[in-house]
Amino acid sequence: MIEYQNIFTQVQVQGPPEWGMDNENNMMEERAGKPFFSKLVGLMGNAQIGPIYLGWTGLVSVVTFILAFNIVGLNMLAQVGWSIPEFLRQGFWLALEPPGPEHGLSIPPLNDGGWFIIASFFLLVSVMTWLIRSYLLAVEHKMGKHIFWAFASAIWLMLVLNLFRPILMGSWSEAVPYGIFPHLDWTTAFSIRYGNLYYNPFHCLSIVFLYGSTLLFAMHGATILAVTRYGGDRELEQIVDRGTATERAALFWRWTMGFNATMEGIHRWAWWFAVLTPITGGIGILLTGTVVDNWFIWAQEHNFAPMYDGSYGYESYGSYEAFIGKED
Amino acid sequence: MFPKWFMKWNRENPTNIYAPAIAVGVVGAAVFVAASLVAIGQPYATDSMQTGPRGTGMSVPEFEADLATPDPDIALLIEDEPFLPEEGEELAGDIYENVQVLGDLTDANFNRLMGAMTRWVAPEQGCAYCHGDGDLDTYGEDNLYTKVVARRMIQMTQNINENWDGHVNANKEVGVTCMTCHRGENVPSDIWFKITPVNERVEGWAAVQNRATSLSQYTSLPSDALEAYLLDDQVIGVHDLESRVAGIPGEDGYPGIQQAERTYSLMNYVSNALGVNCVFCHNSRAFYDGSQVTPQWATESLGITMVQEMNNDYLVPLKDVYPAERLGPVHQDAPKAACKTCHKGHQQPLQGANVIQYWPELATTGAPDYGQ
Repeated sequence: MIEYQNIFTQVQVQGPPEWGMDNENNMMEERAGKPFFSKLVGLMGNAQIGPIYLGWTGLVSVVTFILAFNIVGLNMLAQVGWSIPEFLRQGFWLALEPPGPEHGLSIPPLNDGGWFIIASFFLLVSVMTWLIRSYLLAVEHKMGKHIFWAFASAIWLMLVLNLFRPILMGSWSEAVPYGIFPHLDWTTAFSIRYGNLYYNPFHCLSIVFLYGSTLLFAMHGATILAVTRYGGDRELEQIVDRGTATERAALFWRWTMGFNATMEGIHRWAWWFAVLTPITGGIGILLTGTVVDNWFIWAQEHNFAPMYDGSYGYESYGSYEAFIGKED
Repeated sequence: MFPKWFMKWNRENPTNIYAPAIAVGVVGAAVFVAASLVAIGQPYATDSMQTGPRGTGMSVPEFEADLATPDPDIALLIEDEPFLPEEGEELAGDIYENVQVLGDLTDANFNRLMGAMTRWVAPEQGCAYCHGDGDLDTYGEDNLYTKVVARRMIQMTQNINENWDGHVNANKEVGVTCMTCHRGENVPSDIWFKITPVNERVEGWAAVQNRATSLSQYTSLPSDALEAYLLDDQVIGVHDLESRVAGIPGEDGYPGIQQAERTYSLMNYVSNALGVNCVFCHNSRAFYDGSQVTPQWATESLGITMVQEMNNDYLVPLKDVYPAERLGPVHQDAPKAACKTCHKGHQQPLQGANVIQYWPELATTGAPDYGQ
């Protein structure tokens, strides 16, 4: 009984490493690394590590990502005078900043955004080749292209932030800096600068899909774990040959909220929610500063935010003297 | 170690002792915590001051323990009634040499104020801090930089009390004296110097931000906010007042993200200086909207202009008077003031204590008004 109340995979079967099919494309020849097993990794996923197939897209992607990552890191290191201790102390504060507004869309000096443009270029090549890789690998495996499209939606948001919107605004200075705290500062400043992003309807939608994704993921994960004792974790089999696991899971939700997803449909829900998060968010950001410059005023003009009549009643609030207990 | 019958009994009667032990432990701890809370109360209880309409979340929270502890500096204030001048009494300007300010005071009031200044600014060094170790007849000399600075600071204090009444007496008579900033120290706490560039080998905006510094309030926001807004009078507002305003960042005053971050850095400084949050002055759903701000916003705006004048007209021009050790560590610039130099974490300096009431001499640039 107790072995079914788990959050980690309890039973790990290990045999000779699985090599997969050596199909007509000779993928076997290009696979690298000797496969091995990890009990620890097996708690979370498949215990087998490797082999890996990179191909030309994977190699280009890895190399350009390493270049971009190192350009960012070395720029941060240079800013603290090549001091490793200071780099570690200030690591969360440091950043590779985009060019200043005075450079517009021109190529700036290396020490005022030039390295940012170079790092961004390598990062662009990296994610695009990885995107191609996700498509080519799906073709090799005769799979649908769902992962490709999902990754493309994330890249859409990234391109809006650091390519499409800066070009439309006429300045690279609008791009997001590469740094831990600095990119959060950018996010706050972006909202403040453009009159409160919470009143951007696409931002609203993006939040709905983001929080919805976490909710759906928690509901689905919990449901499947809860019916593993009836074979519910063999989801694909349950889709084509519905058993008591599916029946119980479906009944649970139908009795709980009057509606239930299906063993197949829940994955469509999750995929669409996840994919729509960056799509709607990207639209919202692309419109900011290019079509709308003050979202709160825009929202008031479109009867989306309330107008206040100005009777705030400040005179009737408690005084500072009363607050600090010094009222005479 | 244990007798055989005991071990045998244990073997034959296996019992899960962990489940009940954990249950008893959890329940026991919960009872202990609940009983402690009932007995000694919530140790981190908070109170909040409402700053906006109900339902908008506009309030400034404080720990009750902090509210119950008055600013200890209030106890350092000096109660010293002025001496009412007699008709025809001789004035300090006529008695002493080289009295450029405070010459309108009677001898008694002049010395009363000098004594107070000593306790406000140089309680350890005494008169000698400004006047040197010489005899009384050398007190008219301007040999020490401290005396030259002190004279200018008296003028600054008088100017603040007279011309910035709307800020320092916004709610009631409070005023400022030397004590408001100095608190018994030669150099007030929470002064500031220019420290940018903070990053090496970079130019532009990358050089002035992304470092944990005192001027960035240990954020990665720009460290030049005080310099830009409280010294150079740059425009703080970054918002567009219509839903669509075309422009290219950096051209024709169309503010970019960088200006917004620097404004945010200043606002963050002000919040920490006053011990408040954004909604003390703003309605956070529309920071820019002048029709939705609180009354404090007007007081604060006046304060920003006041600090600009203090820095540009009084503090920065003293640069050549100071010795090297009083100047900034990076640019050898004069020490400058900002909100925290007076407020030191309170909504009102010294929690709104009326510091000017005994010192009409500092309340005006003209002859003091003793209410006669």
